[in-house]
Amino acid sequence: MSAETVIRTRGLSKRFGATLAVDDLSLEVTRGEVYGFLGPNGSGKSTTLRMLCGLLTPSAGEITVLGHALPGAAERLKRELGYMTQRFALYRDLTVLENLRFLAALHDLPTAGLGRRLDALMARYTLGELRHRLAGTLSGGQQQRLALAATVMHAPALLLLDEPTSAVDPQSRRDFWEALFELADAGTTLLVSTHYMDEAERCTRLAILDHGRLVADGSPRALMEALPESPLRVVTDRPRQAQQRLLALPEVIAVAQIGTALRVLVVPGTAPETLTRALKQAGLSASARADTPSLEDVFVAATRRAPATGAAP
Amino acid sequence: MSLRRLLAVIVKELRQLRRDRLTFAMIVGIPVMQLILFGYAINLDVRGLDAAVVDQAGTAHSREIIDAIGASQVLDLRYRVATPRAAEALLRAGRISAALVVPADLEVRLARGDRPALQLVVDGADQVVQAAARQLARFPVAGDAGWTRRVDPVEVVNYYNPERRAPINTVPGLIGVILTMTLVMFTAIALVRERENGNLELLIATPLSRWELTLGKVVPFIAIGLVQVTLVLLLGDVLFAVPIRGSTAALYAAALVFIVANLALGIFLSTLARSQFQAMQLAVFTFLPQILLSGFMFPFAGMPRAARWFAELLPLTHFLRLIRGIMLRGAGLAELWPSLAALGVFTLLMLGLTVSRLRKRLD
Repeated sequence: MSAETVIRTRGLSKRFGATLAVDDLSLEVTRGEVYGFLGPNGSGKSTTLRMLCGLLTPSAGEITVLGHALPGAAERLKRELGYMTQRFALYRDLTVLENLRFLAALHDLPTAGLGRRLDALMARYTLGELRHRLAGTLSGGQQQRLALAATVMHAPALLLLDEPTSAVDPQSRRDFWEALFELADAGTTLLVSTHYMDEAERCTRLAILDHGRLVADGSPRALMEALPESPLRVVTDRPRQAQQRLLALPEVIAVAQIGTALRVLVVPGTAPETLTRALKQAGLSASARADTPSLEDVFVAATRRAPATGAAP
Repeated sequence: MSLRRLLAVIVKELRQLRRDRLTFAMIVGIPVMQLILFGYAINLDVRGLDAAVVDQAGTAHSREIIDAIGASQVLDLRYRVATPRAAEALLRAGRISAALVVPADLEVRLARGDRPALQLVVDGADQVVQAAARQLARFPVAGDAGWTRRVDPVEVVNYYNPERRAPINTVPGLIGVILTMTLVMFTAIALVRERENGNLELLIATPLSRWELTLGKVVPFIAIGLVQVTLVLLLGDVLFAVPIRGSTAALYAAALVFIVANLALGIFLSTLARSQFQAMQLAVFTFLPQILLSGFMFPFAGMPRAARWFAELLPLTHFLRLIRGIMLRGAGLAELWPSLAALGVFTLLMLGLTVSRLRKRLD
């Protein structure tokens, strides 16, 4: 393993009873990356994150995080790692400052100058005015800032964030991502799970998970450029009927209505005329042209493709 | 084990406790309510049964005997009727539970001594009344000094509780019951609440150790348990004049050991339950056998052997021996060491089980 590799997994699997939550996952995350986990609910994002921070024991496979082999060295890893849970996990009946002081003690931060360090931390995450408010009375965005402050206070080399922005408004989400990039700049490696496309697009590298399997892995740009399927933009006067007709075609993978137009993802090598001809036969006038691939196309194509590649060893 | 982390958990618990008004009210409210409820209501020893007197003899001697029985306070002789028939009517109407009949030939019966001198008619449906009547049957009816024969020669000598007041026996037991009910419940929900609120996932991703977490959750309640003990002792003294015949230090030492045993039981239940509701159910499940079999409700000696063996496993059984020994008989800890040792073993077992069950993992 190179010194720059922060996380490496080989054939990682996790089985809960009859369900295989994570299936033969091999990942490599290098230092300073903002690595995104994109996938629908139940795709194994949370389970993978929990295995990476030693909270779950893998059913099979190997994990090395920050040079520690898991699950054996889980306790040593916990000192160097920050894990932000999906649910707000701080104490709602303690104030902002009390929560931070409690976690500072758990992480054994030096007591000398702790007050000033916490002041600086609260100032950075604009919690200063809220320091004596009970955490339960904060808004979603404020709680998120508090949770992030609590997660990074011991300056962990690796941050694992499980859907950190699922309960906050768009402005708070933008601020939150600003903070994440600031941490990445300072050399922290971040692993963020999300189901928002715009967030996934911000990541330096992206893994798309579906049914516990890794179905795509690369930088968002590379994934979009390498997309074999092509998106088409179809303009028609009756988009609802056109959508029904298009979905019946074997070449069509997915159709989404965007305003009055349709965005159609088709199998590689399908000409736009195939669609307009089919629509004309159904009595619908339409025009179709190729469109630039988006990350959503990558996601849709990758997750639709999954069952076919599922047979691969 | 880091003292700082342990202390941080303790301080956190106390802060949360201070803000949780209901729990805070329960800490003080449950002991006071239970003491008043049990102290006044649980009165297995009967006093002041409503009764009527039928004095058919009407001699100075008969009046003397009636006065003596009245002074025992077992019967409250509130009716004086002329005939046994009138007394029967009162009994049937439920106005009295007993009627004392002094026959016209009292002097003859006393002189011969071959038949009971007095008759006590009781409402035998109530076993407690019956028991009281049996005691009265042994009442010495000798009036003058020369009289040696008694209706019942057995004299009941009542040690430790000469006035036969129930609170003397109930209040020390209540300390045990109150500590069991509140402390087991508080700690039973302690870890489950962290899990339900999602806090546990955060805690186990930090360097906090299992012992630090377990002890940090238990220690604040030790202080709370001691406050409850003090409260019950003070109220027991003020309301029921329950004495502390042994040393107060020994009493608190015994209470401390028992408190820790209960907290250990509670925190162990907390590792079994999946929700706070389940934790409550488990806690209630452990109260019932303790209250019924420990000797709090029924005398330990009267129970079948299997029940007594089972009761030896319950912390309340051992605490009742300790606290009654210290408070009522003035015994010292040295004499009561087996109970103390039993509580210690129980505590270590529960804490060990808790830490072994508490994984710093989610699976």
